[in-house]
Amino acid sequence: MMAGRMARFDPVRVALVLAFLYLPILLLVLFSFNASRLVTIWGGFSLKWYAGLLSNRPLMDAALVSLGAAALSATLATVLGTMAAVALARHGVFAGRTAMRGMIYATLVMPEIITGVALLLFFVAIDLERGFWTIAIAHTSFTLCFVTVIVQSRLAGFDRSLEEAAMDLGAGPAATFFLVTLPLIAPAVGAGWMLAFTLSFDDLVIASFTSGPGATTLPMRIYSQVRLGVTPEINAISTLMIGVVAVAVLTASLVFKTNMVTGEATTLRGGGPVTSG
Amino acid sequence: MPEARTTTDGRNAADALISIRGVSKAYGGVPAVTDVTLDIGQGAFFALLGPSGCGKTTLLRMLAGFETPDAGAILIGGEDVTAVPPYLRPVNMMFQSYALFPHMSVADNIAFGLKRQGLPRDEIALRVAEMVRLARLAGFETRRPHQLSGGQRQRVALARALARRPRVLLLDEPLAALDRKLREETQFELMDIQRRLGMTFIIVTHDQDEAMTLASRIGVMQAGRLAQVGTPQEIYDHPVSRVVAGFVGDINLIEGRVGAVAGRMAGFVPDGLEVNWQVAAGDAQPGERMTLALRPERLDIAASGRQGPGNAMTGTVLDAGYLGDSTLFRVALTGGAVVRVFRQNARRGDSGGLTRGMPVTLTFPADAAILLRE
Repeated sequence: MMAGRMARFDPVRVALVLAFLYLPILLLVLFSFNASRLVTIWGGFSLKWYAGLLSNRPLMDAALVSLGAAALSATLATVLGTMAAVALARHGVFAGRTAMRGMIYATLVMPEIITGVALLLFFVAIDLERGFWTIAIAHTSFTLCFVTVIVQSRLAGFDRSLEEAAMDLGAGPAATFFLVTLPLIAPAVGAGWMLAFTLSFDDLVIASFTSGPGATTLPMRIYSQVRLGVTPEINAISTLMIGVVAVAVLTASLVFKTNMVTGEATTLRGGGPVTSG
Repeated sequence: MPEARTTTDGRNAADALISIRGVSKAYGGVPAVTDVTLDIGQGAFFALLGPSGCGKTTLLRMLAGFETPDAGAILIGGEDVTAVPPYLRPVNMMFQSYALFPHMSVADNIAFGLKRQGLPRDEIALRVAEMVRLARLAGFETRRPHQLSGGQRQRVALARALARRPRVLLLDEPLAALDRKLREETQFELMDIQRRLGMTFIIVTHDQDEAMTLASRIGVMQAGRLAQVGTPQEIYDHPVSRVVAGFVGDINLIEGRVGAVAGRMAGFVPDGLEVNWQVAAGDAQPGERMTLALRPERLDIAASGRQGPGNAMTGTVLDAGYLGDSTLFRVALTGGAVVRVFRQNARRGDSGGLTRGMPVTLTFPADAAILLRE
């Protein structure tokens, strides 16, 4: 029974793969609860490093900068990325369409270091003071394409006759978008926002190039502290970051899943005869 | 093509609610609709009939405003709407996919167009209630489209399109997704609603039975052109071309040559048969090669030697398909051609004693045949 042997569930192998993926992270989380100051030797359970975080002013400031920049850039990227996706998916062939698609997708694979250097040079050239706003702008520009990709895939499976029906019933282009298109692509727009948020939240490279004095993001702060030696405090803040990102990703997938349950085909096909019983 | 011009139906052109004038549309150089001119009067139930890809849906979408003609003009109520966007046209469309908004309830779907008109709230509620009654959807107002059966969705789509009381309702293959029994019921419902509201309906269909049942007038489309416009009876009894004849109903086509023309009668010599039939001449010229079209139910079949009056041909029965109320025979003529003959069965089990291999004579009266040039 060839198939049976191949499909056999082997817990050892699964454990090995999971260990390969998650053991380092697990250790990091574990040692954030370490009572000892030594990062590699267990000295009993304690929450003191978490308590210490609250009084660590620079780390807290950095966390606020990161959350603010992530929320702002994710929102801007979602608005612009959705507009780009609608343009690419809806407006047929327009001059420069292929070029636009290519250039939006190119930023997906652009090395971050290049984007970072380019943005730094650009901000210097236009004499823009670097700080929170330049980080937000830079993050918007590199997360925008991810939103576009997600929203466009949703639009591709979208029955155009729904929009035509709205127009036929007297809705102009704007009303059609806000009353019909947007509610139906909302799960993808939401997922795009979550992804943009997490990408911005944990970005180190681009933020390092585009930040200025007084605007240090959390990954930058962690990086600079680690260079002076790893403390369990870093473990604690990292654990919290994992928590934030995990919540964002879980929410995004739940939003998608809820939508699947209510009938993906029905939702996208306008309840048409395709799914009629 | 002179047929493309025979589009006014004797009504005064000024009475036409919809006037399509020389409209053409091509996609990437491939013509979809070519020079269509057509008037449709107020209160008509008009069917655009044709095989898939004949341009009928494109024509409908140009009426709705989703496509812009490359040439020509479209007038609704005397007003040129060629450049008017769909949301400002006095027409509404029922989509083949129904295109119900999945995130809205049945009532919200129906109210969608009324809200865009900016009607007061209680007026909207009244109209929605009226449409729910008309479409027999009482009790389903709060359901979402995916909680409805196919037939119910179809009625929601109809109610939503009618709610704005458009001057013209466009229906794109509205019954294609329903099963046969439901389709027949719905056909009569549609006719009833159309009569009661006195609204102009334009339906696109590839189903000739549907077009014949529903429509007061039919436009047969072929390769982007309007091949013929007329009442169902005109289209069936006087098709202008082989394509129209073949598309509407079952028909036998026999090639041959026109003989002497005398008054309104002409001789016709079918290829391979040693006969000279007398048929209605129309505009046939002596010596011209033409096609004779014969409906299977207008042929009489009898065992050889028992023929009645009229034009005759002989052959043998290839097979006999008993359909209950009638029997469909396929008969191989002496010349080699095969024709189909419908024989009504007056009594149970009656197929005239005609069986496979039996020699038979087919006869038809002079007025049963149609001479076709193309």
